[in-house]
Amino acid sequence: MKLIIAIIKPFKLDEVREALTEIGVAGMTVTEVKGFGRQKGQTEIYRGAEYSTNMVPKIKIEIVCAADLAAKVVESIQASANTGAIGDGKIFVLDVGQAVRIRTGETDETAL
Amino acid sequence: MKHALKYAGIAGLGVALFAALPAWAQAAAGPIKAPTAAQMAGMVNKGDTSWMLISSALVLMMSVPGLALFYGGLVRTKNMLSVLMQVLMIVCVASLVWVSWGYSMAFTSGGENHFFGGLSKAFLKGVDGTTLAATFSNNVYIPEFAYVCFQMTFACITPALIVGAFAERVKFTPLIIFVVAWLTLVYFPIAHMVWYWAGPDFLPDAPTDGGFLFGKGALDFAGGTVVHINAGIAGLMGCLVIGKRKGYKTEPMPPHSLTMTMIGASLLWVGWFGFNAGSNLEANGVTGVAFINTYVATAAAAISWAVIEQIVHKKPSLLGAATGAVAGLVAITPASGYAAPMTSVVLGLVVSPICFFFVTTVKNALKYDDSLDVFGVHCIGGIVGALGTAIVADPKLGGQGYFDYTKFPAVAVAPADYHIVSQLWVQAQAVGITLFWSGGVSLVLFLILKYTIGIRPSEEVEVEGLDINEHGERAYNY
Repeated sequence: MKLIIAIIKPFKLDEVREALTEIGVAGMTVTEVKGFGRQKGQTEIYRGAEYSTNMVPKIKIEIVCAADLAAKVVESIQASANTGAIGDGKIFVLDVGQAVRIRTGETDETAL
Repeated sequence: MKHALKYAGIAGLGVALFAALPAWAQAAAGPIKAPTAAQMAGMVNKGDTSWMLISSALVLMMSVPGLALFYGGLVRTKNMLSVLMQVLMIVCVASLVWVSWGYSMAFTSGGENHFFGGLSKAFLKGVDGTTLAATFSNNVYIPEFAYVCFQMTFACITPALIVGAFAERVKFTPLIIFVVAWLTLVYFPIAHMVWYWAGPDFLPDAPTDGGFLFGKGALDFAGGTVVHINAGIAGLMGCLVIGKRKGYKTEPMPPHSLTMTMIGASLLWVGWFGFNAGSNLEANGVTGVAFINTYVATAAAAISWAVIEQIVHKKPSLLGAATGAVAGLVAITPASGYAAPMTSVVLGLVVSPICFFFVTTVKNALKYDDSLDVFGVHCIGGIVGALGTAIVADPKLGGQGYFDYTKFPAVAVAPADYHIVSQLWVQAQAVGITLFWSGGVSLVLFLILKYTIGIRPSEEVEVEGLDINEHGERAYNY
């Protein structure tokens, strides 16, 4: 099993979710986050007082899927979240040791 | 402007006698100084009276909630209630001070002293439902209570304007003490100097019975000197004595709700029609002049601020446009009844770049923390307006000129006799005296408070916020 963490632009969430549903991803966890990378923050100006916020709002998606699906998921996110502009985000893939469905006690891939 | 007279022997005058009659009184052969009941009916007009009472309510609306929201939106969440409370309480305290001794100090004759009035009407002694106040027309009067109320709203908003300069870092009780002292030592004398006069029917017999600056011929239709320069310079002194906010320039202090600031600015604009057009004291053609001038100067100033921001910052901000609107209102205030609509537009277009320069470049260069730009907008805008009045009042530019009230009936200045340069000099003196007197006395008052009971809260209180520490509540409980 793989854990896929993707940081994307907030307005791309719906497209990414639809693309992932199409390839059979059954669930995901979404969090509103802030951070920075190569994209610098925004500048706010109030009557000449300039404040640069160096944290930019983003959406973090976490998906756990079967190992053989991981490459497809990554490809799908990369395609659907892409605007070609700086700040599109990043995707990380990690190994997962175990998964348990709390209601039934099913484990690993049957729990996903 | 403005003098009130008591007529003896008409206390029993019935309401019915005030029914609308032809305004023949204005055409009378001479000033009516002891009117009969029949004459009185033509001297007090129901339209004028209604307009003055409505204007008084409009100006009150400028303070609460207009100014309170305008300022409140600009501070951080933790200090929202402190600003609302300061404005509300200043309005209440100033009202009581006004009816106690303020009206008398501002609008009774000081005899040979032209700097402040006497105490003959303290606690509104002798003022009742039958006494009258002068307007700008011969033999036309309004009920004195309408005049007391109208002027009261000015005495309420002026000290409330000051708090923006040191918002987010002032103790509540010392602030209220300051307001009472400032009204007494600064506002009432300046109002007397600029606005007190014997009235158009009484000046011919007593040509020197007027305030010091009125006597010099200073033109201030609705309070450029008395309200805006007066409050603006006091605010600057306050922010210098109290010092910068903790974290100023090192941590972000963005406005917590520009939505509220927009609501407040809009209420200010609407209320300002009472402020400026109401200052004519009658409902007539000049009232219309002041009304349209107030309208278009504000629009022009909001546009010009937005355009400057578009050029300088590449984005026109709501806060900028709202600030421009207020700057335009401030600038047109002294000129509102003297200018023409097109010269008002020019005045509005000019004031925003000057105020913009002060709130961005000058404030940053001199490193003072005028939190809500009371000095940069009100004092500077007021100075632009006060000096600009000398130009836009010129009858050759379509302005209203001024009247010689030492003659009966009053005579309008001949266009050829109006000289911009000499009027400009008179206006400059009025500006200078207001800056000197208000600035000096305010500085002393703030220093006295600072070194006695203290005027700034502890650092811990300031960091945590004034709302919870000074007032025991929070603006927003999610």
